[in-house]
Amino acid sequence: MRPIATTRAAAGIPTGRLAVWWVVASEIVIFGGLLVSYIMHRIANPDWGYQAAYTNVWLGGFNTFVLLTSSLSAVLGHKAAVAGDGPRAAKMLYATCLGAVTFIAVKAFEWTAEITHGYTITSSTFWSFYYTAAGLHALHVIAGAVIMLFVAATAKRNLELHRVELIGIYWHFVDIVWIFLFPLLYIAK
Amino acid sequence: MSQHAEHAAHEINYVRVWVILLCLLVVSILGPMLGIKLVTLITAFGIAIIKAYLVAKNFMHLNIEPRYAVYLLVTMLVFMLLFFAGSAPDIMKHEGTHWIKPVVHVEAPAAAHH
Repeated sequence: MRPIATTRAAAGIPTGRLAVWWVVASEIVIFGGLLVSYIMHRIANPDWGYQAAYTNVWLGGFNTFVLLTSSLSAVLGHKAAVAGDGPRAAKMLYATCLGAVTFIAVKAFEWTAEITHGYTITSSTFWSFYYTAAGLHALHVIAGAVIMLFVAATAKRNLELHRVELIGIYWHFVDIVWIFLFPLLYIAK
Repeated sequence: MSQHAEHAAHEINYVRVWVILLCLLVVSILGPMLGIKLVTLITAFGIAIIKAYLVAKNFMHLNIEPRYAVYLLVTMLVFMLLFFAGSAPDIMKHEGTHWIKPVVHVEAPAAAHH
């Protein structure tokens, strides 16, 4: 018996995928509110550029590369799932998880350097925004990776392959959030 | 899995999209190094919008979803614009026609911590 998330599509979209779109919509408000607040304060305080100068653009750029690449592996996993190749879809999801681990490891290295140099979440409003936005995003990366491990475990046995697409949509959204965080926190100096 | 999603998954060259995204990433890093404000705005933030569009269209397959899924997401973005429009005058200005902020705190550069 197929799960209801796959079979029912009263709204023209399978229920599971529609639920993910709602999650993404609510996340837009969460991250959007945070980023819009940051933009307003950043425009009002040009001197924040001096503080942004201490963020490492190369590490931020490398992490952007990692997330874009992990998005590629996630969508290739989706493609494999469409073809009914569960084991390959699982491999692609594991590769995506590897990207998540790399991203978090780079972030940990970066934050350690910044904190040891005295730039903490209480140093100034800029650093409060920096740690809150990047930290909230990092939590989403960790959550996505954990969910992906569960999805990969079932996909490997050719079960519940529709979930590969669902976690993929979430992952691409996490990627899009970083696409905007990167110029805001690392490039606008 | 719906037929249109299957169709999309077979038609799109994902690696090509990924290469384009990486090229845009390089431009978004190198462009601001010129130090010209307009170039920074275009290369950093303009390209971010293009990258997000490419990911949403090609990886999330948003272009082949029923239109109301797009409207749902766009509605949330409109809320963000409303939030900006309502809050920006208070946050971004230090004084107005009949008001002035009692204290304008300008933070010192972070280097002062050392």
